[in-house]
Amino acid sequence: MSANQDGTNLLEVRGLTKIFGTLTACDHIDLDIARGEIHALLGENGAGKSTLVKMLFGSLEPNAGEIFWNGQAVRISSPGVAKKLGIGMVFQHFSLFEALTAAENIALSLDDGSPISSIAAKARALSFSYGLPLDPESLVGDLSVGERQRIEIIRCLLQTPQLIILDEPTSVLTPQEADKLFETLERLRSEGKSILYISHRLEEVKRICDRATVLRHGKVVGHCNPREETASSLARMMVGNEVQAVVRAPVEGIDKAQPLLEIRNLSRQPATPFSIPLKGINLNVRAGEVIGIAGVAGNGQGEFFESVSGEVLQQDAASVRIRGKDSGSLTITGRRLLGAAFVPEERLGHGAAPRMKLSENLLLSRHATDGKAFVGSGGMVKSAAIQAASQRIIEAMDVRKSAPDPEAAALSGGNLQKFIVGRELDRRPSVMVVNQPTWGVDAGAAAHIRQALIELSRSGSAVLVISQDLDELFEISDAIAVMHNGELSKPIPIAEATFEKVGLLMGGAEPGHAEHTLETA
Amino acid sequence: MDITVNILLTIATAATPLLIAAIGELVVERSGVLNLGVEGMMIMGAVGGFGATYLTGSPWIGLLAAIAMGAMFSLLFAVMTLSLATNQVATGLSLTLLGLGLSGMMGTSFVGQPGERLPNLDIPGLTEIPVVGRLLFGQDPIFYISIALTAAVMWFLFKTRTGLTLRSIGDSHTSAHALGIKVIRYRYLAVIFGGACAGLAGGHLSLVYTPQWVENMSAGRGWIALALVVFASWRPWRVLAGAYIFGAVWIGQLHAQAFGIPVPSQFLSSLPYLATVVVLVLISRNKRLTMMNTPASLGQPFVPDR
Repeated sequence: MSANQDGTNLLEVRGLTKIFGTLTACDHIDLDIARGEIHALLGENGAGKSTLVKMLFGSLEPNAGEIFWNGQAVRISSPGVAKKLGIGMVFQHFSLFEALTAAENIALSLDDGSPISSIAAKARALSFSYGLPLDPESLVGDLSVGERQRIEIIRCLLQTPQLIILDEPTSVLTPQEADKLFETLERLRSEGKSILYISHRLEEVKRICDRATVLRHGKVVGHCNPREETASSLARMMVGNEVQAVVRAPVEGIDKAQPLLEIRNLSRQPATPFSIPLKGINLNVRAGEVIGIAGVAGNGQGEFFESVSGEVLQQDAASVRIRGKDSGSLTITGRRLLGAAFVPEERLGHGAAPRMKLSENLLLSRHATDGKAFVGSGGMVKSAAIQAASQRIIEAMDVRKSAPDPEAAALSGGNLQKFIVGRELDRRPSVMVVNQPTWGVDAGAAAHIRQALIELSRSGSAVLVISQDLDELFEISDAIAVMHNGELSKPIPIAEATFEKVGLLMGGAEPGHAEHTLETA
Repeated sequence: MDITVNILLTIATAATPLLIAAIGELVVERSGVLNLGVEGMMIMGAVGGFGATYLTGSPWIGLLAAIAMGAMFSLLFAVMTLSLATNQVATGLSLTLLGLGLSGMMGTSFVGQPGERLPNLDIPGLTEIPVVGRLLFGQDPIFYISIALTAAVMWFLFKTRTGLTLRSIGDSHTSAHALGIKVIRYRYLAVIFGGACAGLAGGHLSLVYTPQWVENMSAGRGWIALALVVFASWRPWRVLAGAYIFGAVWIGQLHAQAFGIPVPSQFLSSLPYLATVVVLVLISRNKRLTMMNTPASLGQPFVPDR
């Protein structure tokens, strides 16, 4: 399968190992990439995929192991060396400069002294030939995430690399944008270029990849041809055991239930030049239902969450109503006292104080709502009660930890997220608002969190979930609304929702809205 | 008419050291490094410039010594913050304290000694033109350097690839590193350039402004230069405007005090600061432009993970 004209692979990796402290992120990894293939690198979060590609791109130095490029042993000591060899990378967290224009961003990665104006022309020509239209004069800070990815890809292609590494490229794209990307990748393959495609989305791997290498806990657990596998057999290889399916029982008579969370004509001015204004958002979440909000990252979901949770107060108190009370001008604590609970996107810094223990983090978010239980007379903290409650949450959510009461930052992302969600669920809130509930969480833990959210709603609470993961929203929501450019579509009942429908809304093609005019550049 | 010319000349003399030090610091900050040691580098330049002139008799050698002194002193900061990744604020502050102390020690034997002033430009035929002659063709050499430097920095930052690279490092050093740009090397060069400028500004003080050595003669000008950079939202022409507004109000209030205007002198002395801040805040109202020009990684140490 890896055979080609002269018999050598483009890239061979033997025994590559990277150790961070006590954690072996990559443990004797072997990998072959042939010319003209799309090779998938599969694995859960924390399996070592990103560490591996960072070593291939020279931003991390391996502790042991060898890399062969065209059969020659090479040492990739910096990204500059990788570029010279012919390795290009499109990062998961983009490496663009927000304050510069697209053309300037592209110019920075080219070593020839050509003037910026000629690069702009070159970039424009190349972007059109690959069907990725791009305005070189526009400021990166103003662009959507999908457009930024185009710049990254064009920038990578302008260097004419032999191997292109793409790290989770579709996680920020609408389904339609992803289709376009796949066309581009197939075209690159037909030009003889090799692609290392990192993803945990099995369907797209099956669709475009020729071979796959599966990582688990830093080790290679298998090679396979994804076209011959099923999504569930691939998932089994990644996770190591079966992932429990999430069960969502249909609800009856939801229309008559009373709305517990009402958003009425919520608008907000952009706080910084690069953030999104909210435009007249209306939404009701009733007792007993889960409403999902889909959308490409950076379309106002963060701003919306801040307004609903009270991180930013609203001028119009009636724009957010919790259990029938105007709450727009209440603080987070005020809203919590009405029975609402919030789980922000960023776990460290927003969801939890990194350097404080789990029990202390529990007290921080619940001292007001559970004052009597946790704080005694004279403001003394009841340590025993907090410890007990924290233990209860840890057991209920199956949080795995190394110490009895560790610092929040010492937990892995998935386990911390389980604790944070569990901490809010433990209160039995009547309104629960969650932003990206399972971002960076492994499949097993994600299923657990999703099931817990569904069960909360079925016990009579209103649950609002903001997520970029469409699969997740289709799994747990009773209706899905789509956020685009600061506007929210009407919720589509799950029975009528399809990936295509939601995807079109994510791209901004709602009937009644102006067509998206990006492509005019 | 002569009075006006004289006042304009003193304004230029007051503004020049601020402008040079601030332009240097602007380049440093555009690369994402915050060097609070401007005052210290400036005073080292002043003592170095005076000392070399005193020993050799040539203010031109003094000028070069001032530049070299500032650059060398900034190298200390560069090694600490860039190679050893120390906290930039703390290191910058200690650089200022060290400079003030060290210069005082080095200059003990220079106190009270007569200095030599850098000669003003004198082009026969041109300098004698009434009014504009002296303004355009009769000032000290550092004045011309400061104007040329501002233009050169503007051109460098916004018209050259190297300038673009420097700005990109200031915007995000991690992204720059991922592109294979040598972040630390660029920052070293920027810091040393800033040091050389601060040294030159100090040299202006002891070779032109008041050609003698007085301890602490920089008198807080380094701090004003630092503030100018921020209030000018990291744009060279605004730094120029800021330095000259400051110089103008400074000279204006001196004349006002000498005139005996019945306003508390403390208020008059604070006017230059107030006026400069107000004007620069007014011209920086465009939030978007300011965001675009603010180096986002300013002050953060860069340690590539390996």
